[in-house]
Amino acid sequence: MTYQEDLMPGKSDATDNDAGYNYGYLNEQTKRMIRRAILKAVAIPGYQVPFAGREMPMPYGWGTGGIQLSACLLGPNDVFKVIDQGADDTTNAVSIRKFFARVTGVETTEKTGEATVIQTRHRIPEAPLQEDQIMVYQVPIPEPLRWVEPRESETRKMHALEEYGVMHVQLYEDIARHGRIATNFMYPVKVDGRYIMCPSPIPKFDNPKLDMSPALHLFGAGREKRIYAVPPYTDVKSLDFEDHPFQVESWDACCGLCGARDSYLDEVILNDEGERMFVCSDTDYCSSRRAQGNFGPMAGREDVAELMGESPQTA
Amino acid sequence: MLEHRVDTTEQRATDPALDNQRIFRAILLTMSRPGTVTTLGNLPGHPGGLHPASAAVCMALVDMDSPLWISPDASEDVATHLKFYCGCPVIRKQEECSFGLVLNGLDLPDLERFNPGEAEYPDRSATLIIQVASIEVGHGVRLGGPGINGQTLLNITGLQADFWESMQQNRQRFPLGYDVILTTETEIVSLPRSVQVEI
Repeated sequence: MTYQEDLMPGKSDATDNDAGYNYGYLNEQTKRMIRRAILKAVAIPGYQVPFAGREMPMPYGWGTGGIQLSACLLGPNDVFKVIDQGADDTTNAVSIRKFFARVTGVETTEKTGEATVIQTRHRIPEAPLQEDQIMVYQVPIPEPLRWVEPRESETRKMHALEEYGVMHVQLYEDIARHGRIATNFMYPVKVDGRYIMCPSPIPKFDNPKLDMSPALHLFGAGREKRIYAVPPYTDVKSLDFEDHPFQVESWDACCGLCGARDSYLDEVILNDEGERMFVCSDTDYCSSRRAQGNFGPMAGREDVAELMGESPQTA
Repeated sequence: MLEHRVDTTEQRATDPALDNQRIFRAILLTMSRPGTVTTLGNLPGHPGGLHPASAAVCMALVDMDSPLWISPDASEDVATHLKFYCGCPVIRKQEECSFGLVLNGLDLPDLERFNPGEAEYPDRSATLIIQVASIEVGHGVRLGGPGINGQTLLNITGLQADFWESMQQNRQRFPLGYDVILTTETEIVSLPRSVQVEI
């Protein structure tokens, strides 16, 4: 591109990143600061490390925490996958994937098995993670105690003193009101028997996937400027009571497209007659099951073709 | 004070952004999987006594925001080199450093004096880079804890024997503590404070 050459005379650029921007968008000093925070987060599993979060070229709430982590992680040997509520083809996922393809030239994929870094908004892929993978979570509110104690100075003390009784009170209130623990997402966990951690708003269905996971899990909160981590093979226990043990959601239905009974299902309203169906929230899992010849009861219908990714994509 | 000459002839040939990324990922891999050894490669042009792997770790992590303490046996060249390339202050007070560089693992300073962080902010603690002779996996000290599937064995030569007791004491005060990166000439292995050591 002549425009790039004009701006950067004599620069031999191995990647196609934008002229005038450093590799990976952030400058090296910012990356070193975030990288130091990531290492401390890994060394203290579940503890929230404050970091000097930067403004990113998108608003808070769009994954600025996760993006800053990915910007510090990604390199030429990586394969990058982004999911938004399990889907690879929604606006947030498409824009973040494009952003990193542009600023790092990283190879992107929609296949869970091929990715080395997976940035996610609120799901853990259904396909089992592997040892060489890093999960990057976009976190809106990193503090699990925030709902019971709004003051940061107090929650810091509570974490320092392991003063966590109040979390069980919150779960108990659920039981008193609903007869069961009604918290379905952002379900608090205890990491390696020490810190109580917010697993980001993943459904509690995904909580067991964090326990002794072979992958490294990094969490980034852009607005709240916190980084925390769950290293591989780390004990992650969802809080519960002896008489009300932790349970994940289950469905009576199977996925309408691929027939899966073991995945997290989203309910989709089909038309004004109130017809509805359940589909896998993890689009890669659903399409790879269909590629293997598994089909659900709705797979043949023309009006759901768009859900199967067979109609023209706007991305 | 004498001005010390910095050798700038051996500029790193590749893009520093890509170098830093590669080195950081190697450190992250070892820090998240204690007992896993990675090779950082042999970047040339470092003063005597400073392992290329230690220099690489400093390049990737240390800068003006993270004061560096260097063991007193180091030559002035090492301090000058790191000051120039990392842009970091090199300080004398062991208690105040973010990074502590120990050139000889057989001559450790009092590790207790490194900053272990505060109860509310355990991340404000030191990271130690300790140079050793060799790293072998498969026999030696037994390691467990987060990042390790079951247990792993690690044998280090060129490291003071009481180091492992210090790591045990370090674990006792979790979440306070320091984190350690052991470096040979070209390889690193990391021991975060969460590691459990069985001697």
